Amino acid sequence: RAGLAAKPSQYSTVEEPTSYEAVTSYNNFYEFGTGKEDPARNAHMLTTDGWQVQIDGLVDKPGTWTMDDVLAGTTLEERIYRFRCVEAWSMVVPWVGFELADMLNRVGVQPSAKYVAFETALRPEEMPGVRTRVIDWPYVEGLRLDEAMNPLTILATGLYDEPMPNQNGAPIRLVVPWKYGFKSIKSIVRITLTDSEPPTSWNKSQPREYGFYSNVNPEVSHPRWSQASEREVGGGLLARRKPTLMFNGYGQEVASLYDGMDLAKYY
Amino acid sequence: MDPINSALRRVPAWVLYPLGALPVIWLFWAGIRGDLGVDPVKAIEHRLGLWGLWLLIATLAITPLQRHAGLRLVRFRRAIGLLGFYYIAAHLAVWLVLDVQIPAQIWGDILKRPYITIGMVAFVLMIPLALTSNNWALRRLGGERWRRLHRLTYLVVPLGAVHFVMVVKGWQVEPFYYLAAILGLLALRLRPGRLLRSRSAART
Repeated sequence: RAGLAAKPSQYSTVEEPTSYEAVTSYNNFYEFGTGKEDPARNAHMLTTDGWQVQIDGLVDKPGTWTMDDVLAGTTLEERIYRFRCVEAWSMVVPWVGFELADMLNRVGVQPSAKYVAFETALRPEEMPGVRTRVIDWPYVEGLRLDEAMNPLTILATGLYDEPMPNQNGAPIRLVVPWKYGFKSIKSIVRITLTDSEPPTSWNKSQPREYGFYSNVNPEVSHPRWSQASEREVGGGLLARRKPTLMFNGYGQEVASLYDGMDLAKYY
Repeated sequence: MDPINSALRRVPAWVLYPLGALPVIWLFWAGIRGDLGVDPVKAIEHRLGLWGLWLLIATLAITPLQRHAGLRLVRFRRAIGLLGFYYIAAHLAVWLVLDVQIPAQIWGDILKRPYITIGMVAFVLMIPLALTSNNWALRRLGGERWRRLHRLTYLVVPLGAVHFVMVVKGWQVEPFYYLAAILGLLALRLRPGRLLRSRSAART
């Protein structure tokens, strides 16, 4: 294993991480197919060499960054986070990355910026899943600026102290641990600062089921299933469900972001 | 078709029951051994549902195959239909016992979530069909009443496919293939006269 020598972080959970095998073989990355095993099977086709991330919109220094530019001057940290999928399964993942706020501060966020929009690569020749319009491609996501600046929000470039496997969103992805997993957009090619709420893929596809915020919330059920409990991936055939925690257990760090908001309305 | 039909006549229908049990035994064994990936519960649940749907679609294909291709499989239809029912019952049991686990939540799910409501309705409608899939019930009901009851299949199978369409995220093509196949098989038997007429009209 490469060994990224990421520093430990106070934000890591003490829970036992899900096995490397499970984290890298059970993925939702519809660009490579809708089956959970499809990304592990197909994502090798993605070329991450020469990856570039375009940063634009309401920033002082827009531009196109190589991965070397992105990583220059950052200190990689290990963040062991709970990961809760909207499909009511969960994992614990030892991510390697840095705070999104670091990056946003480097490009200089203009005072008029209120939101951050993200976009995944769209390469039909490398991504067999995008030949079917399961959702509108490319995959897009977004955060409110204060959510993006929260120290829990990271850009991850690895896991288990290794470079990010393609099926997990190489070479760079977002991780927002208090939101359902689909907010943590993978294989990012563009980050745009905007003054209005950006469109997000699942919200465009099924607005009744997936809101812009998509905070983990055991009290607000998905129209098709309850979100009150979750099944831990890797627990085997007879694993018991466990209760889902408000904000996936990160309420102390993030609940104040939503003071006075009706979270059943802004789901 | 005749050599195939006469070969099939020598196969007793009962062999389908032990044959049909094998994939289910294999499935649970693979789940216990860890061969179904890291989420064996979902893998077993989904595969039982999918295989059950395949079997139910197969029962709908038997009459059109005989009418349009001369293939005589009607002797096997009861076994295929019953196996379909058993697979769906196992699919439901895995969902109840291994997946949802919480009995209080199950009722809420059945009532509140349309895809589960539809799946449950289809399952409940299958129960009288499974109970009457034997010679004794056929004699008791008489041919006409038995046939009328078993037309419920035309409702149950498409409901199963609709349940599949509704459960997946986004617009996935696989469940629509099944729904289209089912509607095609139903169309073949509901309007045979009109279809034949339009086909001969197209030929002239």
